[in-house]
Amino acid sequence: MSERKKILARIREALQTAAPRPGSHAEPGGKPHTGLTPGGIAARSAGHDPAASEARRWLPKVGGSFEEQLALFAQNAADLKANFQLFASWQDLSTALGQLRDAENWQRVASHQAELSSQACAALDRPVCWTDRGYDVLAMEQCDAGVTECDALIAQTGSVLVTSRSAGGRALSVLPPHHVVIARRSQLVADLPAAFALLQAKYAPEFPSMMSFITGPSRTGDIERILVLGAHGPKKLTIFCV
Amino acid sequence: MSTNVAQFKAAAGRVTADTRQRQFIRTALGNYEIARDRRKAAFQSWESARQTAATTKWRAINHLDTHLEQLVAKLEARGTKVHWASNGVQAREIILGIVAAKQARSIIKSKAMTSEEIHLNDALEKAGFEVVESDLGEFIVQLRGEAPYHIVFPSMHLTRGQIRELFAKELGSTSTDSPEELTMVARRVMRHKYITADIGFTGGNFAIAETGMISITENEGNARLTAALPKTMVTLIGIEKVLPKLEDLALFLPMLATAGAGQPLTCYNTMYAGPRQPGEADGPEEWHVVLLDNLRTELLADPEQRDALHCIRCGACLNVCPIFRNVGGHTYGTTYSGPVGSVITPHLRGLQDWKHLSGASSLCGACTEACPVKIDLHHHLLHNRRNAAKEKPDFLERLGYQIFGIIAGDPVLWSLAKKVGWLTQPLQRLVKGSALDPAQAWTKTRDLPAQPLESFQDWWRNRA
Repeated sequence: MSERKKILARIREALQTAAPRPGSHAEPGGKPHTGLTPGGIAARSAGHDPAASEARRWLPKVGGSFEEQLALFAQNAADLKANFQLFASWQDLSTALGQLRDAENWQRVASHQAELSSQACAALDRPVCWTDRGYDVLAMEQCDAGVTECDALIAQTGSVLVTSRSAGGRALSVLPPHHVVIARRSQLVADLPAAFALLQAKYAPEFPSMMSFITGPSRTGDIERILVLGAHGPKKLTIFCV
Repeated sequence: MSTNVAQFKAAAGRVTADTRQRQFIRTALGNYEIARDRRKAAFQSWESARQTAATTKWRAINHLDTHLEQLVAKLEARGTKVHWASNGVQAREIILGIVAAKQARSIIKSKAMTSEEIHLNDALEKAGFEVVESDLGEFIVQLRGEAPYHIVFPSMHLTRGQIRELFAKELGSTSTDSPEELTMVARRVMRHKYITADIGFTGGNFAIAETGMISITENEGNARLTAALPKTMVTLIGIEKVLPKLEDLALFLPMLATAGAGQPLTCYNTMYAGPRQPGEADGPEEWHVVLLDNLRTELLADPEQRDALHCIRCGACLNVCPIFRNVGGHTYGTTYSGPVGSVITPHLRGLQDWKHLSGASSLCGACTEACPVKIDLHHHLLHNRRNAAKEKPDFLERLGYQIFGIIAGDPVLWSLAKKVGWLTQPLQRLVKGSALDPAQAWTKTRDLPAQPLESFQDWWRNRA
């Protein structure tokens, strides 16, 4: 018998006796509970699971209007020590990008070919390490910034949602020391349940091989629990929204 | 007394006498509590969130077999290779087999308690491979040749001075005391390792049955890089980590961050759905997922304590435990320390050998209250004590309680015992704390309260 079969057999054997529902204070033992038969899983996939849809009621509150969500995202980003700015026009955004490039003296950037990131690279006017058709890791490591698009900005947590498809692969958003996200204001979503719904709607069933919620620049507290930014990932996170 | 008990007592004695370390741990965990309480307060209802999370985990575990089959089918459909390991030996063999087949030399690892559980680093190093822990805390304890002190904060017992000395000795770095500069030293060392490593090894926090994904939570970006650059990725995950649906993460990710570190969300929460897919820029060519049982099914077979499999390894119960705070993480001598470690270790490594951990508790219930998935931790410590006594009764202990029962049940004997106790008190004071003292276990470090001549019973009877 394969280990797979042995493990599954042990699980089925163990589950012959039911455990009480959490908080019910019932005694263990008795018959396996029948509230959810194996067929019940399919029912839950269809969205009948109360637990998951309940989450929004318990999670931190998010206002309904765009202005409230924008203000919350800006507040969260500031708490996380990320640099978030909303621009009225593309012209303003590219001016700010140029100022950032000059202030940090960027010689080389890494990016991927998509509408906003390509436009940003054109504005930056520096040699670009493009990731789209494979790239040299050492060359990317030498870049001063990684410029990417994203899938969503999450007001509730101040997070940026990137995927291997929307943000030029897996390494681009973590290898260069400064991650610059170029986003549209329409990409702002209220909360985490909305972000997961977006992933499902946009990609299922062919999900990108990596989907990541980035919540502020890389950090550690492993030395005396003192916060240090830039442990292994980017030391700086800039989110420019237009 | 078994060697485990002797080791526990000796280490507990040593750490509790080290007031500097205790102060250090207390300050760190005090700051954690402030941050955690602030994050909890931001929830519309933290208590309802706990109940929902506990129910979701309960459902997931109640259908573990179907969820695992669904997970594996989805993972395999995207080209991921799935392996099943009944125990640590098999898991090590599978992983060593992958490493050998790839003719790998170096392995970069991101934090995984499962790998501590099966002593993977030892096995890999003995087989001649270079293994580097990339999480800063894990890297520090690896350089020291120690086990992690805490499941979330592996190096929390060390001062910056100790880390400076360690880096100077092991890495030849110039001496600096600043946490920022010390972190940058590790960053520079590790950058090179990511780029040259043949294998990237990770653990996993959640496995999503519905969509076939492994979710990894981290702050540093080391797991992101580990899963991005090496050609082969290996993930070792316990079978109990399954969640039914992708959207369950919307609740579990912020709860893990809040309970674990007082953060609204951990810096990187990443879902992996396969190796590099056609049209993607990078990522591993091969992804191996190893599903580990290692006696988890034993715990599953105990319906009374089955909820211990709900554990999301946030470390909240360690952080609030008065025992953990005073004896420290290494004293336990286990992979999983603190209350949850004391509950599950007897199941994973033998009840009689590890039952003493269930006594290392004040039964205050702080752990149960802190647990984001409502595991009944302090009652499980009592269950372990009961099961241990039932399985292997201690005759002296049993005899003692029987005699006590006879005396306490008989008013004449009881009143006689009180008189004898009062009369012999002065003699006890002469031998207090020595081997001759029948109450030595207590009096070695404490005073025995004096017994008054008039008992409460006498006073009640005689009150005017």
